[in-house]
Amino acid sequence: MAIWIQEDSKLLIQGITGSQGTFHGEKMVEYGTDVVGGVTPGKGGQTVQLADRNVPVFDGMIEAVEKTDADATVIYVPPPFAGEAIMEAADAFDRVKGEGVIVCITEGIPTLDMVKAVAYVNDRPGIRLIGPNCPGIITPGANGGCKIGIMPGHIHAKGRIGVVSKSGTLTYEAVAQTMSIGEGQSTCIGIGGDPVNGTGFIDCLSAFESDPQTVAVVMIGEIGGTAEEDAAEWAAVNMSKPIVGFVAGSTAPPGKRMGHAGAIISGGKGTAAEKFAAFEAAGIHIARDPSEIGAVLKVALEKAGLL
Amino acid sequence: MNIHEYQGKELFRSAGVKVQDGVHCKSVEEALTAYDSLGSKVVAVKSQIHAGGRGKGNLYCPDSGDLLMEGGVKIAFSKDEVKEYSENILGHILVTKQTGPEGKLVSNLYVEAGCEIEHEYYLALLVDREAKAVLIMASTEGGMDIEEVAENTPEAIHKIWVDPSAGLLGFQKRNLGMALGLSGTALKDFFGMIGKLYDVFTSNDCSMVEINPLVRTKSDEMIALDAKVGFDENASFRHKKWDEMRDLSEEEPTETRANEAGLSYVKLDGDIGCLVNGAGLAMATMDVIKLYGGEPANFLDIGGGANEEKVQEAFEIILEDPNVKGILVNIFGGIQRCDIVAKAVLSVSENMGLEVPLVIRLSGTMFEEGRAIIDASDLDCTSVETLAEGAEAIVGLIGGE
Repeated sequence: MAIWIQEDSKLLIQGITGSQGTFHGEKMVEYGTDVVGGVTPGKGGQTVQLADRNVPVFDGMIEAVEKTDADATVIYVPPPFAGEAIMEAADAFDRVKGEGVIVCITEGIPTLDMVKAVAYVNDRPGIRLIGPNCPGIITPGANGGCKIGIMPGHIHAKGRIGVVSKSGTLTYEAVAQTMSIGEGQSTCIGIGGDPVNGTGFIDCLSAFESDPQTVAVVMIGEIGGTAEEDAAEWAAVNMSKPIVGFVAGSTAPPGKRMGHAGAIISGGKGTAAEKFAAFEAAGIHIARDPSEIGAVLKVALEKAGLL
Repeated sequence: MNIHEYQGKELFRSAGVKVQDGVHCKSVEEALTAYDSLGSKVVAVKSQIHAGGRGKGNLYCPDSGDLLMEGGVKIAFSKDEVKEYSENILGHILVTKQTGPEGKLVSNLYVEAGCEIEHEYYLALLVDREAKAVLIMASTEGGMDIEEVAENTPEAIHKIWVDPSAGLLGFQKRNLGMALGLSGTALKDFFGMIGKLYDVFTSNDCSMVEINPLVRTKSDEMIALDAKVGFDENASFRHKKWDEMRDLSEEEPTETRANEAGLSYVKLDGDIGCLVNGAGLAMATMDVIKLYGGEPANFLDIGGGANEEKVQEAFEIILEDPNVKGILVNIFGGIQRCDIVAKAVLSVSENMGLEVPLVIRLSGTMFEEGRAIIDASDLDCTSVETLAEGAEAIVGLIGGE
């Protein structure tokens, strides 16, 4: 049992005929993801060859979910249209099944489009949005597994550590660190670095806490906002499983956007120092250097009697 | 992307938000003509730079470094004073709390008709990332540093959140106005004004609209005496006019160039150049360099799936910084292929020559191929396996602690 996405979850790809959609569609199929179809308006009825699999293309999400009974969708639609793609997916899953997971990889969606899209998703309680501007979510299996997004599949292995992160490549770093001490992952989620996104740290921690496969969590934050502080406060009360935390951006100057739209220290708020302090206060095991995550995780597991 | 006050007021004016008459000037002569045309005895002469804190800033001569005038926003009571103030402002360096010690060269001026102020308020619209909604924030303590107000008298700040599907509602506008103690004409004025400002915010994809101060005049009118407006760069595809409004002199030229190349670059004060894929990893790379006693010269994210050309451009940008004494390349390939980075490094060293120590860490997608390319070449560099090793190596090589 992993969280939200199981090894055999059925996936749709929105923007499947675009270069990103096809490229990553192929990688996902190669990893073992059950890609059951895709959506590109105006190209319904065509098929797309993804590695050894020929998948159908639909004009819209309602038809796609009805015909394939998909559990999740991944969005590779360009920024001007991505906000609406999220809402189309939410509407379709809600109408057809009452539930579904939407993973939005697209970077550069206008913030006000996301404000609208997140409100739309939150109005439909069975629907979960992950991202945007994120690497996606992966549940490694014993053989293959379900990879939804752009992360390199081969660095993962099935295991008992949950990983949640705002950053893409830093998530890979965290995954490699768990592997360095011989631990695999239950589910890894990139929640994205945009100021307004769907699933947050607390949603992930809460799901990992109730997931029997997960015994500990690695949480990677970055400067900007107060999501890390809020998560730490929540975890102090609600988490029994150990957490290892790292925050990127200790050396970032205030007022400068560090790549991610959300990674900015404004009005003296959102600094790494504050976030590390909140982690410490909540009993989270801190790694000051991402190369230490493995070692710190090992200590945390030992302390919890899990090694 | 930020715009100047005079541009923000233009937006306000066309949306029907009350502002004083004012003229954008680029020379002392224009300022004097503006004074005549405004027909107001008292005018404000305002330095136009993107940073805040202008009123309390100081103007310096760029050549001698001498202090010319205290205050980047001055009230002039005569044409002579307009002349004196605009001469002290234009072409000189304004240093404020937000510009840093190097300050900003002022090449734009705004001359604005004065008004009789009864009280100063603070008003701001922004996206509250935790509430995932537009937040409208107002305070009776206008003209002051809002962070200080938030710290010392948080009860003086009143907030409303706009439900994106319902929009800004009448009762919210009324409640906010009443919380500020407004009544009669002023309340009515405020009610209309924040409705229009919300429209300005949403129709222009703003990231921030801040009015400090918003004033109530002696005749009970509500007037935006300031306008700090920022746009959400992600929405630039649907606002073509932003190109004309952009003041490139307010932006770090290298950052603009990097942006055009699809790279994300921020210049810092240190001497170790960093080339990384991914924003989080790029920040972490800077942090770890610092942890090992070094100072990063930049933040640089080449993004996902960069080709050789883009990686070369990134190298060039790093090498143009005269402070750079060494470079750390840190790649954890996801979409990014390590072999492409390796090839780009080689061609850069062939074309430009690398005179500073180079440490390369390649991990993830096709790292074996990448490392093989580096090893097979005669490139003088140190190859490492982890970020920590990389940081330690580069700090050691440039003779840090």
